Amino acid sequence: MATTHTIHEHAAPQGFIRKYVFSLDHKVIGLQYYFLALSAVFVGMFLSLLMRIHLIWPNASLPLIGAIKPETYLALLTMHGTIMVFFVLTTAPQSGFGNYFLPIQIGAPDMAFPVLNMLSFWTTLLAYIVMLAAFFVSGGAPLHGWTGYAPLSALPNAGPGEQLGADLWITSIALFCVASLMGALNFITTVLDLRAKGMTLMRMPLTVWSWFVTAILGLLAFGVLLSAGILLLLDRNVGTSFYVPLVVVNGQMMGHKGGSPLLWQHLFWFFGHPEVYIAILPGMGVASQLLSTFSRKPIFGYRAMVYAIMGIGLLGFMVWGHHMFMSGMSPYSAFAFSLMTMSIGVPSAIKTFNWLGTLWGGKIRLYTPMLFAIGFVSLFVSGGLSGPFLAQPVLDIPLHDTYFVVGHFHLIMGVAAIFGIFGATYYWFPKMFARMMNETLGRWHFVLTFIGTYCIFMPMHYLGMAGQTRRYSQFTEVAYQHHLIPLQTFMTYAAFVTIAAQFIFVFNLFWSMKKGPKASDNPWEATTLEWTTATPPPHDNFGGHTPVVHHGPYEYSVPGAPRDFTMQSDPATAPAH
Amino acid sequence: MGILSPTITRYPGTAHGGGPTAPPNGGGGDDHGGNSPNFGDRLRRARLGLAVGLAPIIMLFVSFTSAYIVRQGLPTLDEKTNQYVRDWLPVNMPWILLGINTAILVISSMTMELARRHMIREAALAPVKSIPGVSLGEEKSFPWLALTTAFGLLFLLGQWMAWRELEARGFFIATSPSSSFVYLLTGMHALHLAGGVIALLYANIIALLKKPIETRRVVIDITAWYWHFMALLWIYIFALLNFAR
Repeated sequence: MATTHTIHEHAAPQGFIRKYVFSLDHKVIGLQYYFLALSAVFVGMFLSLLMRIHLIWPNASLPLIGAIKPETYLALLTMHGTIMVFFVLTTAPQSGFGNYFLPIQIGAPDMAFPVLNMLSFWTTLLAYIVMLAAFFVSGGAPLHGWTGYAPLSALPNAGPGEQLGADLWITSIALFCVASLMGALNFITTVLDLRAKGMTLMRMPLTVWSWFVTAILGLLAFGVLLSAGILLLLDRNVGTSFYVPLVVVNGQMMGHKGGSPLLWQHLFWFFGHPEVYIAILPGMGVASQLLSTFSRKPIFGYRAMVYAIMGIGLLGFMVWGHHMFMSGMSPYSAFAFSLMTMSIGVPSAIKTFNWLGTLWGGKIRLYTPMLFAIGFVSLFVSGGLSGPFLAQPVLDIPLHDTYFVVGHFHLIMGVAAIFGIFGATYYWFPKMFARMMNETLGRWHFVLTFIGTYCIFMPMHYLGMAGQTRRYSQFTEVAYQHHLIPLQTFMTYAAFVTIAAQFIFVFNLFWSMKKGPKASDNPWEATTLEWTTATPPPHDNFGGHTPVVHHGPYEYSVPGAPRDFTMQSDPATAPAH
Repeated sequence: MGILSPTITRYPGTAHGGGPTAPPNGGGGDDHGGNSPNFGDRLRRARLGLAVGLAPIIMLFVSFTSAYIVRQGLPTLDEKTNQYVRDWLPVNMPWILLGINTAILVISSMTMELARRHMIREAALAPVKSIPGVSLGEEKSFPWLALTTAFGLLFLLGQWMAWRELEARGFFIATSPSSSFVYLLTGMHALHLAGGVIALLYANIIALLKKPIETRRVVIDITAWYWHFMALLWIYIFALLNFAR
């Protein structure tokens, strides 16, 4: 039982392999996750660019790829969604930054189970490789979308990508589930068991709270996705009929009988909806941390924020049916799911108003991380407000299969979460690499990305209301959609600009690692424990001593205090309030 | 998650029950070898990790169960009559064999508990034994751990025989929805139990290798709790297949 080995049993490793490849150090593992996500986000972005090009120039022949056929478009769509949701939005904010900063922020020398932590990363990497392999097998990548709806996903002869590609897709998802479960186990145990003296639950930074609640969501949700995936693999390869009803494909009767496609949808969305919060909660935590730090004010309503995180996590498990209004559902169930879904607006509004309350009257320092935190709030509101529309069956039914939904979830789950990742990168970069990122490039990156993403995703709401269906590879030949071509063209150009802007970020990231100005231990004058230690943190995080916590996480501008920030480990003699 | 046996409180680190506890702080990065003074911390952390780790296993079987119940009540279209019919065919299960397997697993759970308690005793007496000139006489040490491992393997063999018997009765995994679920539930349980057997083998090996007693104690402890959970899970599956045919 390697997992029982506890922290400190590994001394600082010496060789390159032990230090940077098969490392047990949570900081190295966090960076490994981060760079995995960085590579994945570029793959995902490239796929989306191909889709956008195809939408407005459907007959264009691209170098190396050729003309995009309808099934290729579906494969791009599937892989874009899957890679972005799993290997970017789940990986970077939770596994990446969570791994690096959760132990430091609670004053622990490492994760509770370092070996398990390493295994978790390598399983994720394996899942990523298996996922990418789906592009290169005969038939190519699967067509069934990131939601993998059966029976399309369950029948190997349902389309070109549904053969080996789909098996690889499911295997990759199953591996990812196992990896995420190992990670979640580690996060929860670490938070419950390894907090430094004085680090009570209500003194934990909101980032830690959000990673903790996210880990609980992952722990309960990924097991269900795993079971759904196992059933799907059995249906595909062993001939069972869990999901496949009596179907005829190309005039040929399939061997299946009596399965329920709805069963897949229930199991998938029981995972899928919490997954939305797995992606966004860490971003909320980061936004809270950043808004408080750069407003030089305590976070408004710390306790309310904690309870709102918990409330969102809890309600997240009760609303999966709102993805299935179109699938045939008793109106009574639909009503219940609708009501529960709209009630998520309450904790979300608490968070939003508390963020605004934090900004109100603050001495705001508009550094790049702060810009991204404010951008996060903006996107969260813009993307969130279309939620109550879609939560009502009567509106969801006409809007569900349109671009309205694409706009909604990209703004809130995609771009808002990505802004959380960007904010966290600019904020913690000095701690991770001991250098500062370039402010000017950071601001350019922010402005272009902020305006660019709004230009891409805001018009999707109008497209949806105009009745343009999503997932279709071609619309330019459809008469009633002709007048939408200019808007779609505009969105594609916006996508070009936004993607180009990401290269500013990548340049800034790698250039600053080598050439950026040296960072002090606490360049942002922040309060949490990671800023008390050396930069970059030593192997055991605090250089041989364990911090003792005397203060809450966001004690900024405390009247009577010697400076405008009181660090968590400052002596208790300093005024606590 | 069980009772922390009183012997454990002999070790530093567990005296301060709830509340935030200082992490083991043996001088940051020092190599403790096997002589970790924070054995109580290690045990608590391992138990906590195990308890957390059981949650997704429960979720896995909860989702299988809900699928099972839903599928059972679901009418399906009959292509010949074009009407909705109930096609849930109760599986002719080898109940006697499964009953024997259940008994084996329950007994193995008991032997596992004896192994765990024996280990607690041994761990408690270890400091006394190490005092020069102190002899505790001949300890009778029954190989409970090895016996549990044998029972575990026997259970897996029994399950395999049950699957062969099902096949002999004409129920293959794809024969009917009910038989699919029988194989799924028993198979997934067997897979998880096989993980427990691997943990048991590991516990046996480190006992043979005379690894430090603290390590053995932690391994046996969490393997035991996992093993009890596997027994409970099996009883649940057995009951589900029996009462919701």
